[in-house]
Amino acid sequence: MKASAETTALQAEDGQLIAGNPTFHTVSESISRIVEVKTTKAWYVLFGFFSSIALIFVAMIGYLFWEGVGIWGLQIPVAWGWAIVNFVFWVGIGHAGTLISAILFLLRQPWRTSINRFAEAMTIFAVICAGTFPGIHVGRVWVAYYMFPLPNQMSMWPNFRSPLLWDVFAVGTYFTVSLLFWYTGLIPDLATLRDRAKSKIRKAIYGAFALGWRGSHRNWQHYELAYLLLAGLATPLVLSVHSVVSFDFAVSNLPGWHTTIFPPYFVAGAIFSGFAMVMTLALIARKVYNVENFITMRHLENMNKIILVTSLMVGYAYSIELFVAWYSGNPFERFAFWNRATGPYAWAYWTMVTCNVIVPQVFWSRRMRRSIPVMFVVSILVNVGMWFERFVIVVSSLANDFLPSSWHYFKPTIFDVGMLIGSFGLFFTLFLLFLRFLPMIAMAEVKAVLPQANPHYYEPHGNGKEASVKAGSHA
Amino acid sequence: MAQIFPKWTNRLPLIMALSGLLVVGGGVGFFWYYGSPKYLEVGYRPEQPVPYSHKLHAGDLGMDCRYCHNFVEVSHEANVPPIQTCMNCHTLIKPNSEKLVAIQESWTTGRPLQWIRVHKLPEYAYFDHSAHLRAGVGCASCHGNVAEMEKITKVEPMSMGWCLDCHRDPDMHLRPLDQITNMKWVPPPNQREYAAKVKKERNILPPENCSACHR
Repeated sequence: MKASAETTALQAEDGQLIAGNPTFHTVSESISRIVEVKTTKAWYVLFGFFSSIALIFVAMIGYLFWEGVGIWGLQIPVAWGWAIVNFVFWVGIGHAGTLISAILFLLRQPWRTSINRFAEAMTIFAVICAGTFPGIHVGRVWVAYYMFPLPNQMSMWPNFRSPLLWDVFAVGTYFTVSLLFWYTGLIPDLATLRDRAKSKIRKAIYGAFALGWRGSHRNWQHYELAYLLLAGLATPLVLSVHSVVSFDFAVSNLPGWHTTIFPPYFVAGAIFSGFAMVMTLALIARKVYNVENFITMRHLENMNKIILVTSLMVGYAYSIELFVAWYSGNPFERFAFWNRATGPYAWAYWTMVTCNVIVPQVFWSRRMRRSIPVMFVVSILVNVGMWFERFVIVVSSLANDFLPSSWHYFKPTIFDVGMLIGSFGLFFTLFLLFLRFLPMIAMAEVKAVLPQANPHYYEPHGNGKEASVKAGSHA
Repeated sequence: MAQIFPKWTNRLPLIMALSGLLVVGGGVGFFWYYGSPKYLEVGYRPEQPVPYSHKLHAGDLGMDCRYCHNFVEVSHEANVPPIQTCMNCHTLIKPNSEKLVAIQESWTTGRPLQWIRVHKLPEYAYFDHSAHLRAGVGCASCHGNVAEMEKITKVEPMSMGWCLDCHRDPDMHLRPLDQITNMKWVPPPNQREYAAKVKKERNILPPENCSACHR
């Protein structure tokens, strides 16, 4: 039986998906307690720090609106600078959440349950950061509503043939569905928090968001169906969003952008960077909040395997790009890629190759895959590399375009750098709020993968230590 | 366990969804209508420094528009006439009228009269009167029946959508060239056929691209 073979494989590894043999009660207890204890000093310090950075971001946006996009290092022909680099970077980060929650759910990968909640939260916050940049990079923010098809006295509609418009819809849809998916999954856990709440206000707030969840059989039936449908809806979005983002480049005629490999290449890169970000956050969170028995080495190792696979895909895309540039016989195409690897931005190109292709190869070794310091460093380097990938694509292609007389070297200003750092401030501010007020691990789902949840589970007759699953897989 | 919320809150999600739709739809509708030149600008009728009556001059006396706005056929602008044009007649006709004090003053001092502009296009929109006249668009198509206006009033919104409406289907506004200034002209029953003919003859291809007006 295939299912039991899988179960045995799990047991051979770590015994169970969740270490420490918890009961249903201890699962609720250890995860709910994180949001119920008094706010720690460390949280206040971190929150103060990151929200100050987020405030600087807001102030910089204010100055940008006042002064115009000239405060950035933009200079024709580089009219798309860090704003677009950051946009693509953050959208990419936002990919892991939906992949983990939707695709791994449909593929019945029970190990996703421990990481899906905060991966989805991370997705939503990353998409918020991403959505900021296209909104502010338009020179005239007061007409940003032109991006939406609204009736107006000019009889003017957005250009439906433009990938920039598809982008608005793709990212908008992705954000909406991710938010709904995350929220639907949260409802049973919010009800748990409501039932455990002591104060009236807490009861009312968690109660309102729990939408009257009672945990009845009928509730669960509707919930499971809704969750499955949303997973089905979200799955194509994982592939579509970054494909559409890549169309922003691929549909144009610029050498270095006009490439058919862009959609799959962007999606692979997005999953790559998204998993790296989940890894960075998971490593910190499991340590700080003592949830190492929920996010076990098995989860981390699985994520490292995905990082390795997507790194190979990205590396393949880099080499195929170079090959096709040569094979096309088009001198401009050849120049664009030769220039990337050897031109003024060669340092950025080789940083990208090192971080994205060479560094993750350490994960071929099982010992490295299971070493926490190694995976922490790799996960950060991967995201550095992925930021540089977008930088190389956006800036190097534009800076040396068709008219050599206007070529110049792109130099970021303090506002370019400040806004990148500021967006991280916003991201971590939101993430800290999430850790403080919402259960960071999906309690209800974790309970479902415990051996006790298996219909064929029976209580041991001994001292309770030998609880085991005799047949079937995890729920 | 005691209920936290009273029973009516069950309806809250529905109410919130409906009011959300209402707020968004209402907001868009509000700006669409109340923010448009159709609401904000049609009917603009400022008090001019001289109580000049188009009804008297162009209507009752039957003067041609081009007697005063004499560059309209050759220039992008339908010029406001200089005081000299007024004085062609008013040195002899009612030279001492109280209503003409400002005209007389301008004439003696040489300081131009500050008329208040009623039909004002934004500077980023290029518009050429002569091209429209040559295509056979009459004055009244945009300015209304001026011959019946005591004071000049803006009757059309002159929004971008309004311009485009005519550029997309100009048929009803194309006249014989000798009817351009006729304020009472109405399209005959066979106007579509006539328009098809003159569009070919006069090579009328109203542009709809951005740079036609935003150069």
